[in-house]
Amino acid sequence: MDNHKFFHSVYLNEELCNGCINCIKRCPTQAIRVRNGKAVITSQFCIDCGECVRICAHHAKRSHYDRPDILSNFKYTVALPAPSLYSQFNNLDDINIVLTALIYMGFNDVFEVASAAEIVSEVSRKYIDEHPEKWPLISTACPSVVRLIRVRFPNLIDHLLPINPPVEVAARLARKYAAEKTGMAPEDIGIIFISPCPSKVTYAKEPLGTAKSDIDGVLAIKDIYPILLPLMVEAEKSPKNLSRAGQIGVGWGSHGGEAAGIVTDNYLAADGIDNVIRVLEDLEDEKFSNLSFIELNSCDGGCVGGVLTVENPYVAQAKLKKLNRHLPEVVTHAPADLAEDEINWTEDVEYLPVYRLGTSMKESIMMMNRVERLCQKFPGLDCGACGAPTCKALAEDIVRGKANETYCIHILKDQIHSLTRSMNSLVNSASAYEMKGNDYRYIFKQYLKTLLSDISLLDAALNLNKEDKDE
Amino acid sequence: MENSLMSLKYHVSPTDFTRAGEASSDVKNKLKKLGVPPEIIRKVAIAMYEGEINMVIHANGGDISVDITPDAIFMELKDVGPGIEDIDKAMQAGYSTAPDNVRSLGFGAGMGLPNMKKNSDTMDIQTVLGQGTTVTMTVNMPE
Repeated sequence: MDNHKFFHSVYLNEELCNGCINCIKRCPTQAIRVRNGKAVITSQFCIDCGECVRICAHHAKRSHYDRPDILSNFKYTVALPAPSLYSQFNNLDDINIVLTALIYMGFNDVFEVASAAEIVSEVSRKYIDEHPEKWPLISTACPSVVRLIRVRFPNLIDHLLPINPPVEVAARLARKYAAEKTGMAPEDIGIIFISPCPSKVTYAKEPLGTAKSDIDGVLAIKDIYPILLPLMVEAEKSPKNLSRAGQIGVGWGSHGGEAAGIVTDNYLAADGIDNVIRVLEDLEDEKFSNLSFIELNSCDGGCVGGVLTVENPYVAQAKLKKLNRHLPEVVTHAPADLAEDEINWTEDVEYLPVYRLGTSMKESIMMMNRVERLCQKFPGLDCGACGAPTCKALAEDIVRGKANETYCIHILKDQIHSLTRSMNSLVNSASAYEMKGNDYRYIFKQYLKTLLSDISLLDAALNLNKEDKDE
Repeated sequence: MENSLMSLKYHVSPTDFTRAGEASSDVKNKLKKLGVPPEIIRKVAIAMYEGEINMVIHANGGDISVDITPDAIFMELKDVGPGIEDIDKAMQAGYSTAPDNVRSLGFGAGMGLPNMKKNSDTMDIQTVLGQGTTVTMTVNMPE
């Protein structure tokens, strides 16, 4: 487990990073540290929520995703638009215009994630009804939430709804239907998801609950948007009848949409990663009663708030509502031949104790005591100058062997202060004593040597911080 | 405490009950960092939270000490409140002596003590009317 390198779609473009503390303070899992003037992400704590991408004023924090030329890698391509895509356009009153534009863009077919979402809602309703012993069940559509639970809330793992997210169900069915329709081998078909967020880019490479994802590539909504606009003008003239999603499916793109699909009063829906964490803490302490379903979205507003979208999430939410007004409640129903592994999880999510300090409890306790002692030395300002988000985080980094006390600028200030005092007493004693020339010069030289070596050590420690090669 | 690997002490002040739970939250986070099995953490967190909030609602706060040994986690919750008049009644699910202002906020469901008993391996209540109450609980570590 310790050596497993998680794939992360969120990454740092070092050239653009100026080492400010904004992302390190914002990261909900304290996964970022400034080292060598660059804000690097610690892999095992990152959940790909994209908050750092959202806040970085220098556009240094970015997400990996595929480019439209990925279509040329496949003989036949199917687009999987997320329902949040529909909310990005002004004056859209017919989803088929977007879907037709996707065909004009070069896709051979489309399979709406919203359509798969209606299948997931149907299967989820049944599962929740049949498993009251697992109440409340937590939605697993947002991969960052599942990743967060996996490392920080192990007691909630049993409450995860073990059903594939709509995007994965869409991918499986899309490939199956495309193979049937064209007679091509499944491997020749490209299933391309159009995503509002980095978290789902990571999901496609490292899914949860299933060994491998059927998604071949992920495009960003913001990349596709300018391509689609002129195509939509064309498509509006005679849109093809491609949409198979109703209010429930389209509603998934927005906060509260998932819970609406479960049709229960005993639910809780939280959006925004800080709110999600608060809910998870309270859930863990069993402070809620009578809940059967919990919808959690890392992004404010739900998926429309993902960092790869174009439109303001609150405007987008209103647009989805408007689109929904003319749709039937549900269009897609679970097909009779829906296979077990297409819809249900085939793998368990396992607890990854990345927050544990040591390898045994005794060791962890010793380390924790060291952390407490170190914290007493630090001023508790959480200023971020050391590159860690809080003084406590720096103390932990030091105890984990990843940092040095001298990173703290206030400890450095104290050391410079005591050096200054030594200088002062040198000057004072030099003028206080009447000495013969040679004695005076000799003692003076000794003092200077000692002070110089102290300063050099301090200087070396400062440069050590600069040259430190960390993760 | 003999063979205690780690001793944690908290003062629970009777401020407001939105803050009640800070001590049990701190213990929960520390136990996660120590790598204590999740099921043990769950029991300790719930038992301690219920005890903590009892101290705020009924007893004007108090002091909590937690000792971690290789075999078990010990919790002692001590207050100088009014004491418990009838322990057997208090242990009944649904029975509550919480004041109205507390009940109107959703607390005082009468499940605190039963929950503490459910989530601990041993529980002992010592109380003297007019002087205070001490609740001690242990949660055993797995073999």
